[in-house]
Amino acid sequence: MEPRRDPRGALVRPYAVTRGRTEPLQNIALEAVLSCTPTQSAEARFAGHDKYRIASVCEGRAQSLAEIAAYTRMPLGVTRVLVADMVAEGLLTLHTAAPATGFAARMNLLGRVLSGLREL
Amino acid sequence: MDFANYDPAGANRSREIISAKIVIAGGFGVGKTTLVGAISEIQPLTTEALMTAAGVGIDDPSKVPGKETTTVAMDFGRITMAEDLILYLFGTPGQTRFWFMWDEIIRGAVGAAVLVDTRRITDAFAPLDYFENRNLPYVVALNRFDDAPQYELEEVREALAISPDVPLVMCDARRRDSVKQVLVTVVEHAMLRLQAEHGFAAPVG
Repeated sequence: MEPRRDPRGALVRPYAVTRGRTEPLQNIALEAVLSCTPTQSAEARFAGHDKYRIASVCEGRAQSLAEIAAYTRMPLGVTRVLVADMVAEGLLTLHTAAPATGFAARMNLLGRVLSGLREL
Repeated sequence: MDFANYDPAGANRSREIISAKIVIAGGFGVGKTTLVGAISEIQPLTTEALMTAAGVGIDDPSKVPGKETTTVAMDFGRITMAEDLILYLFGTPGQTRFWFMWDEIIRGAVGAAVLVDTRRITDAFAPLDYFENRNLPYVVALNRFDDAPQYELEEVREALAISPDVPLVMCDARRRDSVKQVLVTVVEHAMLRLQAEHGFAAPVG
């Protein structure tokens, strides 16, 4: 059945999968990486279709929030709400994005990125 | 939590994976996605954000009757450098009216490259001003188009009023080695900036 065009526009419809919630439990960065073990993925089967899709995308290969949104074709804001829920529920493991503070930590990361680029 | 110690096969204890990102900016059609695609290990992906009611007055609703939201698309790529290190390249949306999206893209970024097309040099003004204001280390890369007028780098530096400490390089966004050099320049510049901020080198001038 084709969804009827809503005269009020499509503003809220994408958030139906989050039951209307637009604020994530935590604000996960675009490039923050998430991973999912087979155990977590098996558990996610019971967490609903969208969460299981997200778990499947991350199983076997860690993916950023941006990649999860792209592969599941869900808008970024919706994906962020669902992913933050899954982290809280233990269905996904959230890894750290680049350290924002600390001279030594930032220099170390930049140095690693630089040698990584040079080795390409 | 009751099951805090229940951790079969280290399910929630996996090794940390650090991700970093570099931002690729520039006007519409300047070759941002081409650049990302030349070096990314995956086909550039697109993620979409919905522009909500706040942006409705800015978009032109007459073009899409009945549509009150717009999707803002951004392209990005990935370079897995090690098991625990991934670099992401994010292209900014072409239209500068999507500034709210830029704030999200640059948060925590290593630095940025502003791609310039010499046929539409003024397209670079908005991203240059933006990165200057946000204090994000950036470099300027002239994307060489075969049919575009060729300028000396210093002519372009003058035309864009780029300060002498900002690196300016020539590139071909289609070529992997050329793109690699642009990214190396971004990271080197970010390191110099960070060192200067911590008093490791005397500021120029």
